[in-house]
Amino acid sequence: MKACRRLTSVYRRSIASSTAKSRHYATQAPPPQRRLNLPTDFKNTPLLHHSSKTFSNTPGLPHSVPSTRLNLYQAVNAGLRTALEASKDVLCFGEDVAFGGVFRCTMNLQSEFGEDRVFNTPITEQGIVGAAIGMAAEGARPVVEIQFADYVYPAFDQIVNEASKFRYREGHTGAGLGGMVIRMPCGGVGHGALYHSQSPESLFCHVPGFKVVMPRSPTQAKGLLLSAILDSEDPVIFMEPKILYRAAVEEVPTEDYRLPLGKAELLKPGADLTIISYGRPLYNCSAAIQAVEQERGVSIELIDLRTIYPWDRDAIIESVSKTGRAIVVHESMVNYGVGSEVSSVIQESAFLSLKAPVKRLGGWTTHTGLAWEKYIFPDVTRIYDAILESLDY
Amino acid sequence: MKFQNPAEESAMPTYRIMDADGKIVDNTRDPQSASDEEVIGWYKNMLTVSILDLIMFDAQRQGRTSFYMVSAGEEGVAVGSASALTPDDVCFLQYREQGVLIQRGFTLKEMMSQLFANKDDYGKGRNMPVHYGSEKLNVHTISSPLATQIPQASGAAYALKMQRLINPNTPERVVACYFGEGAASEGDFHAALNMAATKSCPIVFVCRNNGFAISTASIEQYKGDGIASRGLGYGIDTIRVDGNDIFAVREVMREARKLALQGDCRPVLVEAMSYRVSHHSTSDDSFAYRAKREVEEWKRRDNPITRLRKWMENKGIWNEDKEKEARAAIRKKVLQEFSAAEKVKKPPIRAMFEDVYEEITPEARAQMKELKRLIETYPKEYDVSQFEGGSKSLE
Ligand SMILES: Cc1ncc(C[n+]2csc(CCOP(=O)(O)OP(=O)(O)O)c2C)c(N)n1
Repeated sequence: MKACRRLTSVYRRSIASSTAKSRHYATQAPPPQRRLNLPTDFKNTPLLHHSSKTFSNTPGLPHSVPSTRLNLYQAVNAGLRTALEASKDVLCFGEDVAFGGVFRCTMNLQSEFGEDRVFNTPITEQGIVGAAIGMAAEGARPVVEIQFADYVYPAFDQIVNEASKFRYREGHTGAGLGGMVIRMPCGGVGHGALYHSQSPESLFCHVPGFKVVMPRSPTQAKGLLLSAILDSEDPVIFMEPKILYRAAVEEVPTEDYRLPLGKAELLKPGADLTIISYGRPLYNCSAAIQAVEQERGVSIELIDLRTIYPWDRDAIIESVSKTGRAIVVHESMVNYGVGSEVSSVIQESAFLSLKAPVKRLGGWTTHTGLAWEKYIFPDVTRIYDAILESLDY
Repeated sequence: MKFQNPAEESAMPTYRIMDADGKIVDNTRDPQSASDEEVIGWYKNMLTVSILDLIMFDAQRQGRTSFYMVSAGEEGVAVGSASALTPDDVCFLQYREQGVLIQRGFTLKEMMSQLFANKDDYGKGRNMPVHYGSEKLNVHTISSPLATQIPQASGAAYALKMQRLINPNTPERVVACYFGEGAASEGDFHAALNMAATKSCPIVFVCRNNGFAISTASIEQYKGDGIASRGLGYGIDTIRVDGNDIFAVREVMREARKLALQGDCRPVLVEAMSYRVSHHSTSDDSFAYRAKREVEEWKRRDNPITRLRKWMENKGIWNEDKEKEARAAIRKKVLQEFSAAEKVKKPPIRAMFEDVYEEITPEARAQMKELKRLIETYPKEYDVSQFEGGSKSLE
């Protein structure tokens, strides 16, 4: 009881401190005194390749190659186009993909590759995923779109009971679902409310059989998508943070390249604390790190998980064994979330190195009510506060 | 203004070639195209299914296997429809279609390996009994969740069509997808038929309407004219057939297959009417929800095996002696494979972790090591001798 009360008061305190500043969250211009919760500066963030010169910093990206500036949806589109060109087995379908998709990810693909390979389906998520399973089982490489991650649940049975278990139950018959990719826009957009904001990745991670991937940037989106479609013999759930579709713009190699699945990416080395995240919150993490490092003279390591399951345990353990402190950050609800898994593995594997409790930052344990999205997901302030708490523990 | 009232529409007719006495009622479809030898082959395959059923049902009762599902009364639907397919056609099954497998050449040894989950089982001992699958026979492995195979089958059919578009020399193939009238109430049935129709997929949906879904009689399952009436609503060519008439089922399936491949391809729905003579499974006592008398009545009145037997006897190609001889030979073979399969070791424990992903994940590798340590630390608590390689396979 006592522990429980203590916990609640901690929560109350942190909520109270954020409400004090929060009156202005909904208004257009941030208050002049605001320092942390500023809009992400995508033009200057170190997380994007503003020039192709930095390609060599990212393992797996080709260097000295032609590149173009693309946003995330254009990079997804480029990845799909490259895959459709590379193999006739690749098929692309879902609700409204023929005219280009509601987020423009499949623009012009039908006119380039024909109605047999790029097409609309009836509105039936279970039908889309079910059909993709059958196609992949017969050697096609279907890349299907679920219009919003929030609408994947009608296909949950096909994902959890069928696709996840397909290779396992087929055993010696050898049938598998290589090349099957389920794409879905996910995460908050500021006004998506209950059914246009969800990030259900941890639900997929509780069932083995799928690789679950979430890119944070255009280069990642293209490279990871191509690996998922053309190289992976396991089915892949590919979650695209829709708020980045237009916002995240960077140089993307025009050629075909692949980024490895199952490997985390070290975005910034550091010695005093490790932050593990993926997708859109990485930009908030980066901003919070900058603020703390300026003030405290510490150095913080930032790791992008990229593949959420099966995840790169070694990279995380190695980093936390070095820094002794860890925070895991994601948009989806904190309870039973990815952070819970990552932090318990850290606790099991790096116990003696830990100097502070591993912290999980995720969405609060509620639904994404329209009026409060900015309070629900971890913002720069919350991450900043968590870093200080961990450093000062 | 007029509301269409389904009760005022006449029911879709049931196609039949041979009556319950084995007499041909549709001479235009007399099964002349098949040789006597072929017909006898189908008959023996139906007999095999029914003999296997009896033996395996008892084996489960004696605790020698964990589970079984018989298909008594539905052997004609399975064997008849499968006889109209080519070996290249792809099948998706529900679970009560042993006849499809046997007609396609699944051996009794293969069957027993699956039922005993031994190391020769293609499913590596992972699935419950009767969840068969075969790469060689183009039959995908059966899974328990009902109706999930139906949209998968639509997708598979689309892939077959695409293969021919890419390479016109590929042989023409269809998908045959089987399910019960109960499973047809699932959302996946709707998804699948609508997908197959809108995408013009070369698929034949075969619904086994046997009147029951476990204890639920079809009157509680739907209010319309069976499953067949739904096909038209999706824009799908549909036919209802007498499932106890193997000739009718075969002819319907042959035509359906042709239709499915015509032009740009299209799906076809076949509703085969029969009666589930047996209990639902070894875990079910059907007399808790239906009268034994009703079942006995059905068994006596009409049965796909006796129907064909009568036809063969009328034609003079079968008799009591041949019947006895065939039954004894099948029984002997089934029992031989039964006792052989029972003695074969279980798959290696390692197979528990394999095939979840193409490669065993580091996480699973650590768990394998941990399991091995436990088994070896507490040897008296675990008997791993029945698994091939014992705990060594976990290395
Ligand atoms: C999704 C799902 N729900 C429930 C079950 C349990 N179940 C197994 S068989 C069955 C009845 C199926 O009846 P039907 O499709 O008519 O086939 P039949 O057994 O008569 O051949 C049920 C409800 C299941 N396997 N899957």
